[in-house]
Amino acid sequence: MNYLADVGALARKDLLLELRSRDTLPAMLLFVVSTLVVFNFSLPAETGDLAAYGLLWVAIVFTAILGLTRAFAAEREQRVLDGLVLAPCDRSAIWLGKGIAVVAFLVLAEVVALPAFGLFFEPVTWELVAAVALADVGLAAVGTLLAAMAAASRARELLLPLLFLPLVIPIVVGGVGASIADDPGRYLGFLGLYDLIFAILSWASFEYVVTE
Amino acid sequence: MTSAEKYVTAAYLVVLAVVLAYVVIYAFKLSRLEREVAELAELARRRKEAPEPRPEREEVAR
Amino acid sequence: MSTSLRNSRAAALAAAAAGLLLLGIALAFYWVPDAPLEGFRQRIFYIHVPIALTSYACFFWAAWKALRLLWTREQRYDLESYTAVHMGVIFGVLTLVTGSIWARTSWGVWWSWGERQLVLFLVLFLFYAAYFMLRYSVEPGPRRANMSAVYALFGVVLIPVSFLAIRLAEGLIHPVVFDRDVGENLSGSQIVTFAVCFLGTLALAGALYLNELTGKRLDARLAELKEALS
Repeated sequence: MNYLADVGALARKDLLLELRSRDTLPAMLLFVVSTLVVFNFSLPAETGDLAAYGLLWVAIVFTAILGLTRAFAAEREQRVLDGLVLAPCDRSAIWLGKGIAVVAFLVLAEVVALPAFGLFFEPVTWELVAAVALADVGLAAVGTLLAAMAAASRARELLLPLLFLPLVIPIVVGGVGASIADDPGRYLGFLGLYDLIFAILSWASFEYVVTE
Repeated sequence: MTSAEKYVTAAYLVVLAVVLAYVVIYAFKLSRLEREVAELAELARRRKEAPEPRPEREEVAR
Repeated sequence: MSTSLRNSRAAALAAAAAGLLLLGIALAFYWVPDAPLEGFRQRIFYIHVPIALTSYACFFWAAWKALRLLWTREQRYDLESYTAVHMGVIFGVLTLVTGSIWARTSWGVWWSWGERQLVLFLVLFLFYAAYFMLRYSVEPGPRRANMSAVYALFGVVLIPVSFLAIRLAEGLIHPVVFDRDVGENLSGSQIVTFAVCFLGTLALAGALYLNELTGKRLDARLAELKEALS
């Protein structure tokens, strides 16, 4: 299965690069923990306990933006991308490989963020973990595609958040809902639906984003 | 006019205002286009009156 | 398609829009009776909802043109999609403004997170505003056309997904306090008035769209000519 081999190679390349350079992941970890600390100071005393869950999701979204900005950013990355696009492989493999790497980064960041959240604010429930896992897929699917678009523009760090935030509002709703509602199943189902729709859409349209 | 009537009328007027603003902006755009066409007509006329010099390569080759 | 043919269509649509809207507004103010619950203020419905639906129509039209671009690679669809998005945003802003006025007169507040249509349009406005940022920061060409097309398609998929999200959010974020007697059992005269206004706004959007498209194409042709002559 040549396609899966391409995907695996691409994902492995990103993960190895990160392992060696260690610039993106530490920044994401530090960012998410700092954000949580800022939240402590930004929530007034009488705010209900549930507000913290909402803020956690904000932190996750912005940490994702941080990680995605780096996804297609590096100088060498651009040339590599151009080379990959010229290669006869299916371009969507680039999306899938990079998307898998982004999910890995997000998961690693959350491995630190969720315990920190549990320590500082509210207990971490299984619904929260499931929601975070589903959200990671959606964030990575949409984010990888948008990051490729932003990478082709003049103002990529500015453009990515603008493109990203409106599209991930449903993820925030699903995530917060799964965290605090009485019937989290509905929200988890919604997250799954979002993931399915946008993953297919991103997978199918990535080719057009990187070629003429 | 009752308060409700004022708001309802305001809503319809806002729509009218936006459409009219669009027309005004469009008028400016059209006058700019007209100006550019005039410039291009001038350029074309000048081209026609002063033809390009013949390429020298022809005479050298002979 | 030649410019002159498109212009006669635009003129016809504009005439239709003028006639329909004049008739529709007259009906909305003079003919239709007051709504039983809301009273006079319900008449904003006849301009607010048609504009909202027209905005959706523009976004779907843009997505259709985007699909055609990606399918056939003919660059003319890029301008058509772009213009349609522009129309959608203009009508979207109008939806937000008229909706806000309606909220103010109904409930005394200029904004309500419980008003699903308003929130949806806010999200869509943010999304399509970013569309313009995308276009402005990428070099013109087939790549930008492709990216804009993909983004326009995402937008149209976002519409139902966002709507679902907003409905799901109602339970847990902001209580739905307010309610309207709109949409349920419209009387005959209300339906007629609505239909006339709706067709009128569609015709208006169509006329503006064709005009703007002609303008953009002229721009492009002039740029070509300038290039060729200098």
